[in-house]
Amino acid sequence: MSTILLIEQLLNGLQFGVMLFLMAAGLTLIFGVMGLINLAHGSLYMVGAFAAAGVAGLTGSFALALIASLAAAAMFGALIELTVIRRLYKRDHLDQVLATFALILVFSEGTRWAFGSFPLFLNIPDMLSGTVMLPGGIEYSLYRLTIIGIGLLVAAGLFLLISKTRVGMRIRAGENDREMISALGVDISVLYTLVFALGAALAGLSGALVGAIQSVEVGMGEPVLILAFVVIVIGGIGSIKGALAGAILVGVTDTMGRTLLPVIFGSFMDPSAATSVGSALASMLIYILMAGVLVFKPTGLFGEA
Amino acid sequence: MTEPILTVRDVHKAFGALKASDGISLDLKPGEIHALIGPNGAGKSTLIKQIAGGLTPDRGTVHFEGREISGDTVYERARLGLGRTFQISALAMQFTVLENVVLGLVGESGSVFRFFRPVMKNPAYLERAHHALKRVGLQDHAQTKTAELSHGQRRQLEVAVALTLEPKAFLMDEPMAGLGAEGSKALTGFLRELKAEAPILLVEHDMDAVFALADRISVLVYGKIIATGSVAEIRANPEVRAAYLGHEEVEA
Amino acid sequence: MLRETHLNGLLMLALLIVPLAALALNEPFIITLATKVTILALAGVGLNLALGQGGLISFGHAIFFGLGGYSMGILASHAQSFTPLMEVPFLIEGTKLMPVIWIVAIAVSCLAALLVGLLSLRTSGVYFIMVTLAFGQMFYYFAISWPAYGGEDGLVIFVRNEFPGLNTLVPIQFFGLCFAVLCAVLFFVSKLNKSAFGLALSGAHFNAERAETVGIDITRVRLVAFVISAGITGLAGALFADLNRFVSPTMFSWHTSGQIMIFIILGGVARLYGPIAGAAVYIILEHYLGAFSDYWQIYLGLILLFVVLFAQGGLIGGLSKREAAHD
Repeated sequence: MSTILLIEQLLNGLQFGVMLFLMAAGLTLIFGVMGLINLAHGSLYMVGAFAAAGVAGLTGSFALALIASLAAAAMFGALIELTVIRRLYKRDHLDQVLATFALILVFSEGTRWAFGSFPLFLNIPDMLSGTVMLPGGIEYSLYRLTIIGIGLLVAAGLFLLISKTRVGMRIRAGENDREMISALGVDISVLYTLVFALGAALAGLSGALVGAIQSVEVGMGEPVLILAFVVIVIGGIGSIKGALAGAILVGVTDTMGRTLLPVIFGSFMDPSAATSVGSALASMLIYILMAGVLVFKPTGLFGEA
Repeated sequence: MTEPILTVRDVHKAFGALKASDGISLDLKPGEIHALIGPNGAGKSTLIKQIAGGLTPDRGTVHFEGREISGDTVYERARLGLGRTFQISALAMQFTVLENVVLGLVGESGSVFRFFRPVMKNPAYLERAHHALKRVGLQDHAQTKTAELSHGQRRQLEVAVALTLEPKAFLMDEPMAGLGAEGSKALTGFLRELKAEAPILLVEHDMDAVFALADRISVLVYGKIIATGSVAEIRANPEVRAAYLGHEEVEA
Repeated sequence: MLRETHLNGLLMLALLIVPLAALALNEPFIITLATKVTILALAGVGLNLALGQGGLISFGHAIFFGLGGYSMGILASHAQSFTPLMEVPFLIEGTKLMPVIWIVAIAVSCLAALLVGLLSLRTSGVYFIMVTLAFGQMFYYFAISWPAYGGEDGLVIFVRNEFPGLNTLVPIQFFGLCFAVLCAVLFFVSKLNKSAFGLALSGAHFNAERAETVGIDITRVRLVAFVISAGITGLAGALFADLNRFVSPTMFSWHTSGQIMIFIILGGVARLYGPIAGAAVYIILEHYLGAFSDYWQIYLGLILLFVVLFAQGGLIGGLSKREAAHD
């Protein structure tokens, strides 16, 4: 296997990781601030992708499609926060899990009803299609590189938002002491709706960006949601830094495992057996990684003891 | 001189820059009530957790009956005979009073992994449970849901559960908190009786109770024990007066 | 007045009478539906031990349901193709005998639960939910990508497995068998709930600190409960596979875990007979709403939302409370 292919796969892993970060950041923010586990986060990812595919189909503009994904996911996020989610903050995790699972059923079947069961396609805009030559003679997809860029920008923005702004201060205060923040006169329910909508918008953006690489279909958010959970378990809950580190670790491990394991097994097994054993093992690799973290640091790499 | 049952030696515990335990040493001898007092935030709860388990000291040891227990889990220490009551009632609120006591007996007898015999019909347990409830005066509330008990009754139940363990030493974290004058008085009398069975390390804010009960007092301030001695010695200690006790209280 | 025990009795009676009436009216499909309810209820009774009694919100019970299913699928597929399962170091052959399949299904599920539990129980709360969910997904992807037993397409077993003295191909006989298994497991779990172990398990749920302070190793108690719970759900998986004569990776999907959880919440959490009411309501909804709309899961979602937000205690809680208030 050539170095160039290896680096290309490394970049693919990074791109995958950055997308997982957008999902995991929203989840971990919502858990950190409101103490809520939201299974319907994957549905907001799907909403973003469908909104983007729909708007791109109507207008042909990728930029508008991205804006639509952000807006639609934030809107639906705010909507479910106002109608359902806010009744769950004081409930136990079982109620939260069940209610947000119910929301998944409603979102998935609702989308199937509105758009049908066939996948939609979102095309990469001309401006971003094709490849660029990276230093070292590596040809790499411009679009994927753009995704990495957008993801890192969002990560930087989130760090700034949380550490430097007034809203961020309120978010941090809310994490530490819910009573205090309401005593400060901050309208906590508005803050919660905003945080939830922000998390939803990140999920929607992620869905739209990935939608241009894969197909846009009902249920697309669920595998990503579970991977985002793996990211959070590895990174430590409530920590944006942990979400970023965990996401990139998971993204790179998964992508490299799928490329390398069949090759490694091929060096001592016959090719067809190597492919099946290698790919079966590769599909389990990140969960094995998670198990390892649980053994050595059950609260996650960046979690508090 | 009698050997202490419980010995804490040079225990250190820091949370970041905060030294919650800064070289604490104390012991508990058979037949005594040793009171631990100190202002809020002095590190009493941290110390209790290091004795009962749940927190491991950064440095230093805890010995129980001559055996080091610093690395043992909460349930292992309980099984050795360290009975604990909590500052805020830690009972299974959905259980009846009797079930809470029987839960203690199940733990004490190490018979957790019995899958078929109905535990609430076990005559040996029932007899011991009713006996413990009678001792704390809750015999009429055996079938009451714990959540329906008054604050004082929950305290009594805490003690009843601790009794079922037939502990070799008690750790009591503010047993008087929230009790009225009447309740405090009754509990004070009961604890005085109890110390003959097993010594008590008593963390308490109620100074009347402490002065009435304690054989020895240790004063904890900012993670350090600044004085240990009899009631009279502590009352007279100028350092304690300066650091902790109000003047009026001392002169009273 | 209608006490909860009476309601439970009525429920079991209904579950028995409906297929018998269907037999008299020559409606074999209804018998199959009742069998499905019985098997899914069994899966729910298993999960309820961990979730209701123990407070362990496992979103990974599809692992055990799937392992039970595949235990049946793999053993029966080898028996139907007359190829041994393995020859070295010793010969293991497939089988069509249900009792053997059940034992294997329970053993495999318990073993997997021991491993998953040892890792997952290092965490608690919301972590536990996420970790069990993730391990479930691991089994799902493994089943898809492992080609030996059908991969994504699953395994078809042409003839239902055998039980000595019965003709399992006759729907009412297979129903009777499943019903007997359910009754036996209910008896076992009700004993368990009232035992010292049951008290320790709910003690660890209601107040973990208290349970530890009286000398109970709560992690071990939870692990044992998780393993027993998995064994029951695994047995249900083997029966479910026999009902359909088909196993596929869907049995491992996280929707299956969610579904088993829905039976519990619809019926009432921590109520022994809750999953039976829940599974019955679920199958009735699936059958009748499904006929009325292809998108019946929207309605299921809305009903579930309503129950979670406004009707805690589920069906059994709601019915027995309301009736109790009348007297």
